[in-house]
Amino acid sequence: MDRNINVLIVDDYRTMLRIIRNLLKQLDFNNVDEATDGQEALAKLRAGNFGLVISDWNMAPMTGLDLLKEVRADARLKNIPFIMITAESKTENVIAAKQAGVSNYIVKPFNAETLREKIEKVLVHA
Amino acid sequence: MPDGTPRGPEEDRIEAAVRAVLGSMAGDITAKEAALLAELEALGRTIARAKAEIAALSVDDITGAHIPSATDELDAIVGHTAQATNEILDCCETLEKLQADVPPEAAAALQGAVTRIYEACSFQDITGQRIGKVVAALKAIERRVEAAVANASGRAAPEAEPQAPRTEGEALANGPQLPGGATSQEEIDRLLASFD
Repeated sequence: MDRNINVLIVDDYRTMLRIIRNLLKQLDFNNVDEATDGQEALAKLRAGNFGLVISDWNMAPMTGLDLLKEVRADARLKNIPFIMITAESKTENVIAAKQAGVSNYIVKPFNAETLREKIEKVLVHA
Repeated sequence: MPDGTPRGPEEDRIEAAVRAVLGSMAGDITAKEAALLAELEALGRTIARAKAEIAALSVDDITGAHIPSATDELDAIVGHTAQATNEILDCCETLEKLQADVPPEAAAALQGAVTRIYEACSFQDITGQRIGKVVAALKAIERRVEAAVANASGRAAPEAEPQAPRTEGEALANGPQLPGGATSQEEIDRLLASFD
């Protein structure tokens, strides 16, 4: 598993971005960029070379689910592993995300071990 | 049913309606029917009084001061907790930098403790989202109060702002569930595995 990949984390709470960035650093992922909504994330993904997206759901003007759909519809981006990390924990949310092509789904509040396990799982299968 | 309250046009209409019903009834009315009519009259007066009280509400206090003040207080809570969380994160980052200067066992213990603090600090995101839901509920109440008062006082209700069509992601964004209503990580893992 390559830990030198570029990781994009997307969340409208800057504190959460900081927490995830620090947890990723503990897991030796040091190339981390941030966005605070789906639109900003999509622009960064199209301009850069990312190997993993970790995104919140509930953001404006573009939600995490809508970002996921845009990523899967983009020929260059469609194979990037995409982990949803969100407080949206209803079954219908998980099903919608799976149908849109999510690689894995973490419900907030989460622990560091869950984050490590899901990242390793999606990167091994990437 | 005199109660000392000055009579208004609503009361006159209710009395006229009761008299019209009495006049349309052939023969003597029974004691049960008379009691029912008296109850209807009292009910009508209560409704008329409630409408007058709603119309006289100081709605400007509610929509102009109380609700904005409550939402400002809630925004301040989010701001203060975010500030406190960031202070805690500053301290954690300082502790992480010290790991290189301490023996391996102590460094591992330090990292474990810092990780637990990071995990605990994610509360700020959840409480922020919950407070956001409360603010949205207060704003909905404000709109309903305005509409009820406008309706009771014969004024036109404020027009609702046109809503843009929602995407699937927006329609499914409900925020954190209450304990007991949320799906656990284990249940989500099982659900995802069922697709494979």
